[in-house]
Amino acid sequence: MNEAKQEINVESIVGINQQTFRQKLAAYKRHPGSFAVLIVTLLAAAITIGVLLSLIIYILAKGVPNIRLSLFEWKYTTENCSMMPAIINTILMTLLTLIIAVPIGVFSAIYLVEYSNRGSKFQMKLVKIIRMTTETLQGIPSIVFGLFGFLAFVVTFQFSYSLLGGAITMALMVLPLIMRTTEEALLSVPDSFREGSFGLGAGRLRTIFRIVLPSAVPGILAGVILAIGRIVGETAALMYTAGTSTDVCSGFLKPCRTLAVHMYQLLCEGKYMNEAYATAVVLLVLVILINVLSAFVAKKLTKK
Amino acid sequence: MKKYRESIMKVVFLIAACISIVAVVMICGFLFVNGFPAIAEIGPLEFLGGLIWKPQADQYGILPMIIGSIYATAIAIIVGVPIGLLCAVFMAHFCPKKLYKILKPAISLLAGIPSIVYGFFGLVVLVPMMQSIFGTGKSILTAGILLGIMILPTIIEISESSIRAVPSSYYEGSLALGATHERSVYRAILPAAKSGIMAGIILGIGRAIGETMAVVMIAGNQPVLPTSILQGARTMTANIVMEMGYATGLHRGALIGTGVVLFVFILLINVCFSLVKKKEQK
Repeated sequence: MNEAKQEINVESIVGINQQTFRQKLAAYKRHPGSFAVLIVTLLAAAITIGVLLSLIIYILAKGVPNIRLSLFEWKYTTENCSMMPAIINTILMTLLTLIIAVPIGVFSAIYLVEYSNRGSKFQMKLVKIIRMTTETLQGIPSIVFGLFGFLAFVVTFQFSYSLLGGAITMALMVLPLIMRTTEEALLSVPDSFREGSFGLGAGRLRTIFRIVLPSAVPGILAGVILAIGRIVGETAALMYTAGTSTDVCSGFLKPCRTLAVHMYQLLCEGKYMNEAYATAVVLLVLVILINVLSAFVAKKLTKK
Repeated sequence: MKKYRESIMKVVFLIAACISIVAVVMICGFLFVNGFPAIAEIGPLEFLGGLIWKPQADQYGILPMIIGSIYATAIAIIVGVPIGLLCAVFMAHFCPKKLYKILKPAISLLAGIPSIVYGFFGLVVLVPMMQSIFGTGKSILTAGILLGIMILPTIIEISESSIRAVPSSYYEGSLALGATHERSVYRAILPAAKSGIMAGIILGIGRAIGETMAVVMIAGNQPVLPTSILQGARTMTANIVMEMGYATGLHRGALIGTGVVLFVFILLINVCFSLVKKKEQK
């Protein structure tokens, strides 16, 4: 053994978190395998971000020049595929879906968090089944929801294509999302809040509506905003439930096409590529805004 | 009235909670009640094993679509899992804090982009690109690559959280034994997070097999048995969405039957998911 090599210069030993860049590089020279792994890892992250950026930049660059004021005119004609009716329909669809889904989602989360912790055997079993079905509901693809909505509302209940049918279908689709985020928000409310409220003589109901829910609002809101994003971007579940009519929706049982369905129809017809680009920009910008808003609201929650 | 308010509201909450059960039962019911008679009329073997889909001639074999779905999903897994897993490792153990603050919302944005926009991007960017490289633009390969991109956020988010859940003593112990940072992460932490990562991959498979709008635009949609991945093919989801608008009678029944087969696939994947998840919790 070479004695000189064994001798270690004590001053050159540094903590792994205090290494300079050069020292790190020298360390990698001794472990080429680790270096290769590092490169591959960085590459994967770069690909992920690269794909996202290229998608956004490409659609914005190609789409923004195609946005004309006439595309936001009140009426849809075959010469001018205005997306204004579709935008209004999307707003109506989103509102109606939320009106149906938010109370159900929030109430079931309240049941799961506030009532199920100490119950009978039957209750425990029920909660287990509810969790299982929610998970199942979350995994069902949107086309299956669409098929169900078509069979239930169009074929069986004879609604024809309608806003209401589409909204109920969408409500079932976003229900697990709202339930999960509300549950998390409720669970993050400390038990001392509840105990304090009970201690002051408030009942279970008053405690929930006056103490627990107000502190959970940002979390619930973040989930609801994400649900809005899902509704705005949905196509497959709405095409055969809400239909593809190009007019502004005139009633609960009247057909309407949302923005995403509008875009699919433009692409199907083939000759409206420019309009499709413009619609893609509007959709993308909407989704980005919704995501930013949701992150902003969620951040408020963690700050507290 | 006031006396009963507590118990009334409790029942209201209970009913709300039961709606998810009702929803799943109704979805199963409507699909099976409408789908099974048609499958029975066509004959289960001819339906599941038939190679020819010709509604005009009353021939309804969906084997090409099942194979198409499986091929596209397999390619999505090959593309999406390595990138997603490595990206999750990057986010959990390599990423500087400042970059993480940008990266995390970017991943959730990737999850939030509508599938129709992905499909459009595939149509105007991916298809011409594949056309110039392989000669065929709309193919299973194109669809698989796009699906691989689309399942990235699912895999990244679930893998990252399960990698983060591994106790840091694993990492520290490995470092103290002289392993490099990379070796510690990949040889000590990743194996411990295995079942969580598996759960993420299974969920990704579910997403890929159920994806509709993106696939219908770029997969080519020929209802024939694909012989190579450079050929166009039709998935089960595409079959439903393309023909549902005008189908009647047995044709509609066959499409609903396709939905039933897809639904059964998804249920199986869900069962796998909950099994793996249970294992993780242990």
